[in-house]
Parts: sequence; structure tokens; C-alpha cells
Amino acid sequence: MAIRFEEGTQERMGLGPALMAGAARLVVSVFVPIAAFIVLWGGFVFLRDSGAPKVVIVGIAIVWGVGGIALLYFVANWLTEKLPLRWQARILPFVFVGPAVAILGFYLLIPAILTIWSSFFDALGTKFVGLDNYVFAFTNSDMLIAIRNNVIWLVLGTVLSTGLGLLIAILVERSRFDRVAKTLIFLPMAISFVGASIIWRFIYSFQPEGQPQVGLLNAILGQMGIAPVSWLTTEPLNSILLIVILVWGQTGFAMVIISAALKGVPDEILEAGRMDGANEFQVFRQIIIPTIWPTIVTVATTIAILTLKIYDIVVAMTAGNFDTQVIATLQYKQAFTFFDAGRGSALAVILLVAVTPVIWYNLRQLRDRAI
Amino acid sequence: MQIKRFLVLTAAASIVLAACGGGASPAPSSSPSSGSSTAPEPTPGGVDLTGKTINVYGAFVDTEAAAFADAMKPFEAATGAKVVYNGDKSFEQNLNVRVQAGNPPDVALLPQPGAMNNYATQGKLFALPTDVTAAIEANYGPGWKELGTATDGKTYGVFHRVNLKGLVFYPKAVFAAKGYTAPTTWDELKTLEDKMVADGTPPWCIGIESGAATGWASTDWVEEIMLRTVGKDGYDKWVSHQTPFNDAAVKNALQTLMDIWGNPKYVYGGASYIVQTNFGEAPKAAFDNPPKCLLTNQGSFITAFFPDSVKADLDTQVGVFNLPSIDAQFGTPAEVGGDQAVAFADRPEIWALMKYLTTSEAGASWQKAGGALFPYKDQDLANYSTELDKAFAKSMVDASFVRFDGSDAMPAAVGSGTFWSEMVKLVNGSQDIDTTVNNIEASWPK
Repeated sequence: MAIRFEEGTQERMGLGPALMAGAARLVVSVFVPIAAFIVLWGGFVFLRDSGAPKVVIVGIAIVWGVGGIALLYFVANWLTEKLPLRWQARILPFVFVGPAVAILGFYLLIPAILTIWSSFFDALGTKFVGLDNYVFAFTNSDMLIAIRNNVIWLVLGTVLSTGLGLLIAILVERSRFDRVAKTLIFLPMAISFVGASIIWRFIYSFQPEGQPQVGLLNAILGQMGIAPVSWLTTEPLNSILLIVILVWGQTGFAMVIISAALKGVPDEILEAGRMDGANEFQVFRQIIIPTIWPTIVTVATTIAILTLKIYDIVVAMTAGNFDTQVIATLQYKQAFTFFDAGRGSALAVILLVAVTPVIWYNLRQLRDRAI
Repeated sequence: MQIKRFLVLTAAASIVLAACGGGASPAPSSSPSSGSSTAPEPTPGGVDLTGKTINVYGAFVDTEAAAFADAMKPFEAATGAKVVYNGDKSFEQNLNVRVQAGNPPDVALLPQPGAMNNYATQGKLFALPTDVTAAIEANYGPGWKELGTATDGKTYGVFHRVNLKGLVFYPKAVFAAKGYTAPTTWDELKTLEDKMVADGTPPWCIGIESGAATGWASTDWVEEIMLRTVGKDGYDKWVSHQTPFNDAAVKNALQTLMDIWGNPKYVYGGASYIVQTNFGEAPKAAFDNPPKCLLTNQGSFITAFFPDSVKADLDTQVGVFNLPSIDAQFGTPAEVGGDQAVAFADRPEIWALMKYLTTSEAGASWQKAGGALFPYKDQDLANYSTELDKAFAKSMVDASFVRFDGSDAMPAAVGSGTFWSEMVKLVNGSQDIDTTVNNIEASWPK
């Protein structure tokens, strides 16, 4: 609208005023982006260097962050509207997608490339060492145990969470206490893994024999007259006990998503199956599972990614001692405790490579069919 | 030795202290009020620093951070500069992030000389000017300047708050009731341990859990045994890796440790209890009624973790002796730890602060608040609020030689890494001594 109107006025003007107006518009078109840039840059410099009180800085950061993005879109949109209509239609989508892509690239793509790059260098990132960091990752005895543990987490964590979620979803579906049961099982989802770990530390807590047992499991053993077990230091049982915490937290997530999918299984098909003489197990195996399979895959892959990058439970429970370490805990240690940027990056790349196929599969499922 | 003699003389303590304090501090007045009015020291050349701000970053928070802020007040009053302290429990990691991101603090208080050396070799630190290094030489005992010196030969660090390790704490009441006496040799310690076992109480309270740093308490023991079995030269060679970690002397030290730790009769709760009990939680068992164990070998800071009822009355409830000598020729050396201030920027107000940190004035208010020791030769021992603190400080100032916590001086991959984690495996019974020392040796950065 605005452009047509301006084009209209232009026609009525003489050549001189038209040139003047064109020049003015050009100046404005250049001036506005520069002004916007100065405002954004000024905010950045202020946030970086100012010694203002923290509250003020936080406030300005919010205004600058949100307002800055709005300003960016507004200016870009305004500039596009100055263009002829045909160009507007072509450029406008990029104006709106562009900043998001640029920010993603800046925060994800560039760091990923830099990480891959620095994984071929030594601790200080100055000397090229080829594949040495990867050789370390696949020969060091602590690393081998970490990889073994990650595989156990991947298999047990994913299978148990998804399996239990499915089982509970189906059983609860037929229960009168549907809502209460679901709420109870879903509740642990609301607790962070660190919080959950602190709760479970009390369950696994160990005191020497003869002392009052604070830990739930050892208290039960004590009641039965069995000597207390030091759960968290007993290998390899301890890794499995840590996985139990993940399952406790994630079963609710699996259950909720799967039970939503169960509600979507058409009654007609179930009826038809039963009419044809299928028993309940056959209905489950041959009708329900295939119908909700994409949902199960999505849930399983989501949990699989979680188990591959698991960090907080291990750190909060054992700090990676007693052979419970996983790749992520060792990566953090190498990068931020030992200051070995090369090895830290190499471990990060290994995690990235391990997660990639799962993410790819997950994305394909999401594209094929929404949950 | 110093501590024991000192504690024996508790009755005469005040007189002795008055004498020590008076004799040892001829230089500037240690009272903060007169210090702030005269204070010629912190402003070399009479530079007025009004309006300048120095950002200091360190690991301690809460009450300790407040005590540090108080300790900076005389400097602020004398120069007009402002010291802004920022404490962070994840200091080591976050400092590295800030430095790599090009946003370091002006001054960082580093607990580990190994980290100081890392930053120095990366070219991130500025070496101290000669007037500050001269002040360190004048006011610190032997060894402190070397601890602040990187491998390039330049001195970067000024030590401020420090602590003393290798101290064995015990409940005085139980010792009096059972007629135990503090041992001065390792054999006497063995005899005492066996007597305690015979009386039905395991001697040692030991816990080495400490979150991501689990195991450090065990490395302190190893270092103390090393100091007492190979002396300072052998210790320096071990810490600087001139002798390999799988050397016979180290294995011997681990054997000495495991003779106690590996024997459930000697340690309350046995191995699984040691590895999952917090280092601050373990000593409390000595003050239970009846006590579950009696001896805690820890640093001077551990008194802060004692039960409140004990803390309120430290001097009458808690006794202390130095971890006894093992080989008479090496005596009972002092193992110390502490924060050194290093500069990430080169500005006059920073060097003025560094110089201030070498003076006893910088510790005076914190001495009174308690929970901190200072290495200054001219400090007024009467400022310390408890007899225990006075004894620690005197023992440290008088020590014939001090050695820093060895694991803190080793490369981080060993000192904050495999030395901790492999010791945990050894204590937990997952592997033997040979595997432990070989694994640590293999992890030493080339």
C-alpha cells in the first residue's frame, strides 16, 4: 500500500523534486540501518564493559535482547517494503528466517566446526597432533569403561523407560484410577536430574554395619537381618542403579506420550480385529503396536539421545568415581579441569557422532508423522 | 614439634605470644586504625588511586567473601581504590572460561600453583614488579616466593590466606579419660592406634568424598607421608616428576597409607565408608558420644566443619598434634596450601593491591574473624581468635621449610585428575598399588 501511494506521488512531481526525494529516501534507507546497528552495538558494548549494578545490567540485557531482535526485524522489514513488490515477495521470507538461521549458525554451527578443528590439536590448541586425541579416547582405560557405560545407559535406559512407559500406558488405560495413576507416574518428570539424584542418594545411602541405616534400601535389608550393602561403590551394579534414576524420571514422559497415541487408535480397527477372533494379546501385537509404532520410535530416540549425553545423574551421585564415568563426564573433566582443549573436543566430537544417527532418525520420524 | 611444644605451654601461652608478637613485628603497625591513617606501604610514590576499581575473583563465598572484603578495607581507605570481590564455587572452571573468552578478572586468587603456571605459560598473566617481589622476600618465610614463580623463572603470585596441613585433631576429653598422649614418632602413633583398637574404638575418622574433587583428602595423606619419608628434595623431585610416579618411594608411601586405611580395625566404617563419606562429615564422628573414632588428619580449615557445640569451645574440646615424623632425619615438615593472587592486567592500582597483600595489615581483620592463617613474618599472632589458630600460624612461620600441597602443584591432569581418581580406586579395593602408580604415571602429560 505504502509503496503504491509513494509511486503515485512521484509521478506528479517534476524531475528535480523526484531526484531530491529519491536521494532523501536513499539517505534514510542507509541511515536507519546504521542507526539500528549503532543502537545494538552500543548496547553490546555497554553490557560488556559497564560496571553498573547487576540488576540494571540484567534489565538492560532483557530490553536490549528482546528489543534488539524486534528492532532488527522491524528495520529489515521496513527496508524490504521500500523495494518493488516483486522483490518484496522474494526477499521477505529470508528476512524473517535469516536472523534465526544466522543466530543458529553463530551459536551452533561455528562452535561445532571449531570443536572438530581443535580436536586435532594439543591441549593448548597450538600444535597439530593428528588423530592422537582420538587414539587416546579409544585406548585409555577410563575412556573404555566410559564408552561401555554409555552403551549400558543407551540400551537399558531407553528400553526400560520406553517399555515401562508403554506397559503402564496400556494397563492404566483400562483402570478406573487412570488420572491419579498417570499423575503419580508423571510427577518425577517435574524434578531435575540433580534433584532426583539427591533423593536417590538417600535411598542408596550406606552406613557401616551396626549403625542406624539412613538409606531406604539398607534399612529394609537391616530389617531382614542382612548386612548393609555399599550400593554406589559396588561395580558394575552401581551404573545400573544410576540408570534406575533415569528410568524413574523418564517413564512418565514415555507413558504420557504413548497413552496419547493409544487414545488415537481407531476403535473400529480394534472392534474389527476382535470380531475376526483375535485375542487381546494379538490385538496388542498386531494392531496397537503397529499403529503407535512411530510414537514409540520418537519416544525411544528422544530418551536415547538423553542417555548418550547423560551427565548430571552421574556427577551428582558418584562424580564419575567407582567406574561409573560416562563420556560426557570425562569430556567435562578434560576440557575444564585438565584444561586439555584437544582431548575435550575429541570427546565432544565422539558424542556428537554417536548422537547424530539417532537425531537424524528422530527428525525423519517427526517429518513423516506428527506425534 | 612446634605445635606440640606450644600446646604444652598453653598456660604460659599469652606471655609467649606477647613476646613473639612483639619481637617478630618490628615493622609497620598491625592495628588497622593506625594503619589506615598512615599507610605509606600500599601507595608507592604517593599515587592517588581514587575512582579506580580492581575486580578480584576467587573460590570462596559467603562469610569468607565478607571476611576478604573486610581485609581489603584498609587498602581502600588508604588509596581510594575500590576492590570488588566476586566469589564462585565453580571458580576453577569458570576462570578458565573467562580467560579463554578474553574477559579475565583483574586479579584471581588461585589455590593451585599448577593453574598459575598454566596461565603464565599461556601468556595470560603479568609478572610482579620488583618492589612487590622484594616485599615478598622480606615478609615471607623460605619457599613462598618459589611457590608463586612459574617455570619461566618470573614471579606471578602473592600468597594471602593460607592453611596448614598434616594436623591430627582429637577430642581432648577422651584423651584425658583414657590416658592417651599425643605421639611424636610414627612408632608411638602405631602404639597409640593399637591401644585404641584394644579399647574398642577404631582410631581414624577418614572421609574423602568431595563431589567432583573426591579423593583429594587421600592425596594430602600421601604427600605428608612422602614429606616424612623422602624429605624435601625427594618430595620436590616427585612433585616436579623428576622421579616417576611409579617409583619405589611412592609405592612405599602408598603402602604406609594402606596399612592404616586398608585395615577395617584402624578406620571407622572401612573402605566403602571412606570413599563415600564427605571429608567434612567424617571428623564429626570423633565428637559423638561415645566417639566412633578419635583421630582426624586434616588441614587447619577443618575446624570449621566440626559440630557447632565443639566449634563454640574449640580450645577446650579439641587437641591437635602434627602427623608424627616417620624418618627422624626429615623431622615433621609443614605442608601448606593457600590462595595466591595473580594479575591478568597491568595497571598501577593492581600492583598497589599486590603490594598491600604482602603486608600483615591485609590479614589483620581476617585473623580476628577466624578461619584463616597468614604467612607474614611480621604478623601479630595475638590477633588470632583461638589458641589453635595461633599455634598453627606460629608453627608455619617457624617451620624450617614449607612445602606446598604437592597435588596442587602437579599438572591438573594428575593433581586434580588421576591422582584423585586412582586413589579412590585403590582405597575402594578396585585395584592394587602397582596398578595405581602405573596408571597415574601413564597419565602425566608429556
